[in-house]
Amino acid sequence: MKVITANFVTCAVKECKTTATSFPLHFHDAELELQEVDFQPEFIRNVIPRIDWEGLRTTANELGFPSLPETKPEGDALTNEQTLKDLHRLLLETQVMEGKLVCGTCGHAYAIKEGIANFLLPSHLV
Amino acid sequence: MSRPEDILPPDLFYNDNESRKYTTSSRIRNIQADMTYRALELLDLKSPSFILDVGCGSGLSGEILSQEEPQNGGPHTWVGMDVSPSMLDVALQREVDGDLFLADIGQGVPFRPGSFDAAISISAIQWLCNAETSDVSPEGRLKRFFEGLYASLRRGGRAVCQFYPKNDIQRGMISGAAVKAGFGAGMLEDDPGTKNAKLYLVLTVGGGGLSGDITGVVNGMDGVNVLDARRKAAEVNNARQPRKGDRAWIMKKKDQQEKKGKVVKQNSKYTGRKRRIVF
Repeated sequence: MKVITANFVTCAVKECKTTATSFPLHFHDAELELQEVDFQPEFIRNVIPRIDWEGLRTTANELGFPSLPETKPEGDALTNEQTLKDLHRLLLETQVMEGKLVCGTCGHAYAIKEGIANFLLPSHLV
Repeated sequence: MSRPEDILPPDLFYNDNESRKYTTSSRIRNIQADMTYRALELLDLKSPSFILDVGCGSGLSGEILSQEEPQNGGPHTWVGMDVSPSMLDVALQREVDGDLFLADIGQGVPFRPGSFDAAISISAIQWLCNAETSDVSPEGRLKRFFEGLYASLRRGGRAVCQFYPKNDIQRGMISGAAVKAGFGAGMLEDDPGTKNAKLYLVLTVGGGGLSGDITGVVNGMDGVNVLDARRKAAEVNNARQPRKGDRAWIMKKKDQQEKKGKVVKQNSKYTGRKRRIVF
């Protein structure tokens, strides 16, 4: 699972979705892998306004990356190629191959195997 | 032809063998590719976008999203959801670019509001019309799916779902559920009336970036006829129903009685006419 996806996914349990702590989901025992992806500055510029920066900072922290700047790069900062390249590396090239995603509200753990997260819920949680 | 939907639930039907057959069949690959290109045409994306592929299977539609040419607005980044582990396994072996989720779309779409620019679904959502256990219903699953999808798309986003309804009831059920969730909806049918008919449900959120209504999606496309069922439906609603006591109602009742073989007074110009007010 790419870090960009982790920044959009929430807990699938119905009661959790409305609570503030259901996002971001927390990584546990994550094994990372770097996969080269073509650099697309336009895509990064398109998606940055929708990124939850606080959530991304938390995720990056849990995965052991150096801490990100306090505020989201906006406006002129997005013309800087190096900033975009760094974001590209973190968001699109960093993959979590194994591990767990844990909800902060209900504590449900979604397993990640070979990069695929299992979001199937038992019927009593739907 | 038998429908896989009538045989087994999707996670069991697409086992290792079926998934491999599905992905390697050149006939299916061609059909899937054509439908994906058609869906992309309907989405009309201008720049590299973040797309949700609902029922992505082995990534046949997804790889087209990743390979879209820059002059057509691509390449896109996508996230795929599917309920069949075998299909996702095939996708892993084919090393598709998108992020994969093992998830049941009838349980909702677990993403933050406003996550995606667009959504695409090729031959998947008719599976929602089947309920495999007694604690879920097709209506409930459709409702969860469309409400989740509506929330996860950004304002001005669009979704195109190609699906194979079993009959008109399923078709109405699916489009009705989408409209109820808040989407602006329209149907595009390719090759109508033939065996190869393909049905696309085109959905918009908050106008879908169009200046007019949903028919604007097909503006500038060749060979598309717009049939507006809304006007017809409005006319039917506006047509005056015979009310109890008026002439049409009386004539209808007299007809009914006559057919039963009862003695009914002859019709004349005075039948059903109001009496003069007498002081």
